[in-house]
Amino acid sequence: MKAGTKLKSAVCDTEVMVIRAGEGVVACGGVPMAEDKPAETGSPDSEFSGGTLLGKRYVDAQDTLELLCVKPGAGSLSLDGVALMTKDAKPLPSSD
Amino acid sequence: MNISLILEMAAEAAPERIGLVCDGRRWTYGELLAASRGAAARLMQYDCNFVSLLDESSEAAPIALFGAALAGIPYVPLNYRLADEDLAGLLARIAPACIVGDVERARRLNPDAGHTCVDRTSFVAAAESAAGNFDAPRDDEDITAQIFTSGTTGTPKAALLRHANLLGYILGTVEFCSAAETDAQLVCVPPYHIAGISALLSAFYAQRRIVMLPAFEPDDWLHLAAEEQISNAFLVPTMLARIMERIDAGSTANLTALRAIAYGGGRMPAELIERALELFPDTAFTNAYGLTETSSTIALLGPEDHRLAQSAKDPAVSARLGSVGRPLPTVEIEIRDADGLPLPPGESGEIYVRGEQVSGEYRERSALDKDGWFPTRDAGWLDDEGYLFLAGRADDVIVRGGENISPGEIEDVLTAHPAIADAAAVGVPSTEWGEAVGIAVVFKPGAESLDDDALRQLIRDRLRSSRLPEQIRLRDELPYNEMGKLLRREVRNWFNE
Repeated sequence: MKAGTKLKSAVCDTEVMVIRAGEGVVACGGVPMAEDKPAETGSPDSEFSGGTLLGKRYVDAQDTLELLCVKPGAGSLSLDGVALMTKDAKPLPSSD
Repeated sequence: MNISLILEMAAEAAPERIGLVCDGRRWTYGELLAASRGAAARLMQYDCNFVSLLDESSEAAPIALFGAALAGIPYVPLNYRLADEDLAGLLARIAPACIVGDVERARRLNPDAGHTCVDRTSFVAAAESAAGNFDAPRDDEDITAQIFTSGTTGTPKAALLRHANLLGYILGTVEFCSAAETDAQLVCVPPYHIAGISALLSAFYAQRRIVMLPAFEPDDWLHLAAEEQISNAFLVPTMLARIMERIDAGSTANLTALRAIAYGGGRMPAELIERALELFPDTAFTNAYGLTETSSTIALLGPEDHRLAQSAKDPAVSARLGSVGRPLPTVEIEIRDADGLPLPPGESGEIYVRGEQVSGEYRERSALDKDGWFPTRDAGWLDDEGYLFLAGRADDVIVRGGENISPGEIEDVLTAHPAIADAAAVGVPSTEWGEAVGIAVVFKPGAESLDDDALRQLIRDRLRSSRLPEQIRLRDELPYNEMGKLLRREVRNWFNE
């Protein structure tokens, strides 16, 4: 996993881009994500079915990994089985 | 990584939302993405190393920018205001390119270079009709754009911005879809300037509708701002001054929707920003400082800082109105001396910057040091709270008998005088000191002018005697480029005549 890599969900439409690469297994809907979308898609594990939101950033509690949701879906994200949470950035005034 | 992600996400979130208004036509994000894909399909058929825009702002600018990104070809916006000779040199440096815009000029200036030339109307029409031919983005090219610097000191340099730089900037500073559907941004910076590119990327990512004004005229700006209920605008200081002149002269344009004005590009006179804060008491002002090589903004002075400084009794706080604010949370800034050693707050040196958005790279070489720091060649200093003050280009510093003099300190004293409209201080050859101060002064129309002795007294009252000008020139105006940057080289030439 490196910054810029896109990971796809095996169980829904979710796609994320790695902003900050960390160690461990990134999963969506409880199933590991991969650069290539698997041919057969299952359904999200009920524990990880909260869904992803387009444009949101997701981080782990230790802030080692950061993902940007570039396509939303029904599954929710986790790292080594622990759910990721959304990161709320302090808004900057537009300068462009 | 590819900046096309920005438009793809905007179109995914809201395909029917209006993203661009240009010359009366309204484009949705879905239409913009389709046209960019169509442009990419076309561009991939051409034998070209670059996609170049030689045109004023129009829908062709985002379609060429994103089309080139999807096609995996670097985008090169060219300055159509350049003289034939200079433009010919740049065209030769990007051959063979697909040139969109002024076909006649490109063919005349750089014939037989293998360019594919397409006028704006044909380019947009072809892009719209070819959307179905697009397969998938080419992701192997990591250079998004090559932007020629203005070259006020020599041959223009080809600055390279990579997808990682520009995406790093946008993802680090803009919240996706954070704009309200009523938000609209009036863009009047030229497309060949970094601000023209970053405006497109930021606004698309925030989903703030862009309204383009290809050629700035204050009355057109006021008319469009009222008609399109503009909420955000970016202006260079001279544009703001001209808009305020029209308002003072009785313009009745309704600007009630205007919530935020960002400015940058050139030096903002203290008197102008103070008047603007009074004239627009409810508007949020943001001062942005950045360079082409840093993918736009690296430091900003936000709305709260402006209002605090406006009402402050503490001189250190009110002085911040003359600063460019604090570094973005995503970049580091250091001030260094001539030996490259970091300087403490309050001491002036060269501004160094580091961060994901910082490219610091040219076609010929990278200017980054081994730790990734980019020497900006801008001079400046930080105050105790980390506010950055600019002190001109490092190359503009006047060295008088070994003493470094920043032109800005002299210019500030001069322009604070009620009779003086504008002033520039430059280094002039001096037999005694090697270099000494020369000043060029513009008096306000109708104001009582000061003679040379009075001008020297004005500086003597406020600054050390080394700042006293050896030579003085009076002029009707100073030379600026279209971004409000003072052309110091031309001012210097006045003293050699």
